Amino acid sequence: MPDTAIAEAPARAASGGNILQVRNLEAWYGESHILHGIDFDVNAGEVVTLLGRNGAGKTTTLKSIMGIIGKRSGSVKFNNQEIIRATSDRIARMGIAFCPEERGIFASLDVRENLMLPPVVREGGLPLDQIFDLFPNLKERLSSQGTKLSGGEQQMLAIARILRTGASFLMLDEPTEGLAPVIIQQIGHTIARLKKEGFTILLVEQNFRFASTVADRYYVVEHGKIIDGFSNAELAANMDKLHTYLGV
Amino acid sequence: MQALYAQLLVGLINGSFYALLSLGLAVIFGMLNIINFAHGALYMMGAFVAYFLLNLGGISYWWALLLAPIIVGIFGMILERTMLQWLTGLDHLYGLLLTFGIALIVQGVFQNYFGSSGLPYAIPDQLKGGMNLGFMFLPIYRGWVVVFSLVVCLATWFLIEKTQLGAYLRAATENPTLVRAFGINVPRMITLTYGLGVGLAALAGVLSAPINQVRPLMGADLIIVVFAVVVIGGMGSIMGSIITGFALGVIEGLTKYFYPEASNTVVFVLMVLVLLVKPTGLTGRAA
Repeated sequence: MPDTAIAEAPARAASGGNILQVRNLEAWYGESHILHGIDFDVNAGEVVTLLGRNGAGKTTTLKSIMGIIGKRSGSVKFNNQEIIRATSDRIARMGIAFCPEERGIFASLDVRENLMLPPVVREGGLPLDQIFDLFPNLKERLSSQGTKLSGGEQQMLAIARILRTGASFLMLDEPTEGLAPVIIQQIGHTIARLKKEGFTILLVEQNFRFASTVADRYYVVEHGKIIDGFSNAELAANMDKLHTYLGV
Repeated sequence: MQALYAQLLVGLINGSFYALLSLGLAVIFGMLNIINFAHGALYMMGAFVAYFLLNLGGISYWWALLLAPIIVGIFGMILERTMLQWLTGLDHLYGLLLTFGIALIVQGVFQNYFGSSGLPYAIPDQLKGGMNLGFMFLPIYRGWVVVFSLVVCLATWFLIEKTQLGAYLRAATENPTLVRAFGINVPRMITLTYGLGVGLAALAGVLSAPINQVRPLMGADLIIVVFAVVVIGGMGSIMGSIITGFALGVIEGLTKYFYPEASNTVVFVLMVLVLLVKPTGLTGRAA
């Protein structure tokens, strides 16, 4: 689908205007050209999900926004500030937080140290008692080694630690991957609650059923480009198309 | 018995230098993944800076303990910014060769100006003399070196293992990309870490100056043993470096008493045994 269709994808901002604007984003791993001109927007207060098959470029899109891909071009504007040339530490300090697919829990740190690791970049982060309210398991495991937690607990820890920082824009890369249904449900509740709290979330998901419970809008990524976009209200009408895109 | 205690003390003193130097190497290896062959030369620079401060500026030993690590640490940070940082992601061999070259240049420059013989550096007045402990005579300066080194080593361990800054360091050792994506300026932290490791070497140099005199090759003589200590303890392990440093100093001292012929080789024999049984070292992680 041409880019015009993407522009027509409804922007159902819950509480504000455009917070992230990505235009013609290209990225490379060494000589491999992965993203071929990604265009999309995220509005304040939304949960936007990038869908697509394995290797489509979803994770690379998040990493490119975060500035942790060696070579990238195009334009990424966060709160109207161009960040395509910014280093990842500067991007984080502007209020973008990233939760990687592999969770990135540090083995040499205990749970408390993992939780407290990301520095507070601005005011408005969740206090610890609220975080423990969201993830009560973590409170009981504070002195355990980070990587000794179960997969679900590690995912909770990975999300919890970025909520402390005051970042208002969260990028979650496949937060449900490899987790039991009951944990997936818990993470779904957490994302819904974070949305209520005013966080803006860009989600990468292969688990479409999960995404449909939390997302406001979807973009479909294929071969390093956005090929379609629609809102949650249009989901039913787009199901056949979506099954074709995702090969399910 | 007096001779045994005397050798034990010598062993503890050597162990202090081994511990301080191998600790610096471990910190640098953990964060930069570089086997810092320039460590001996930087230890020597610490002693020379103390010598210059005293003889050119009239600045005492006590100030040298503070200033020499800072001055040599800044020199190290310049090396890291201008040269070592470009080796990120390359094989260990490149870092080893570069730092080996730096060591040869630094030592060559000092040898050119100061020859190979030692320059005297007096023990500070407050630490002159000795104490009779009943079972042995303890020169106060030597006791000071052991105690002070131990305190510095434990403080460094505390910094790395028990503080938020140390958590950043440990996390960045595992996954620097992610730590940077949390908003931490990892390149600056790497530079400061190299400065810290180098500063520890320079501190050992200052402590050594009154005992071993100040010589351009003082580091070159020591660094080979220190690398053996690091291999035995395990590259990248902080507490392992400290314990192994002191332990091997003591083992060397005891060997001098019981079988002096083997005292210069005992550390290397142990290194071979450890490499055969546990190649990552007694407490180390795989490189």
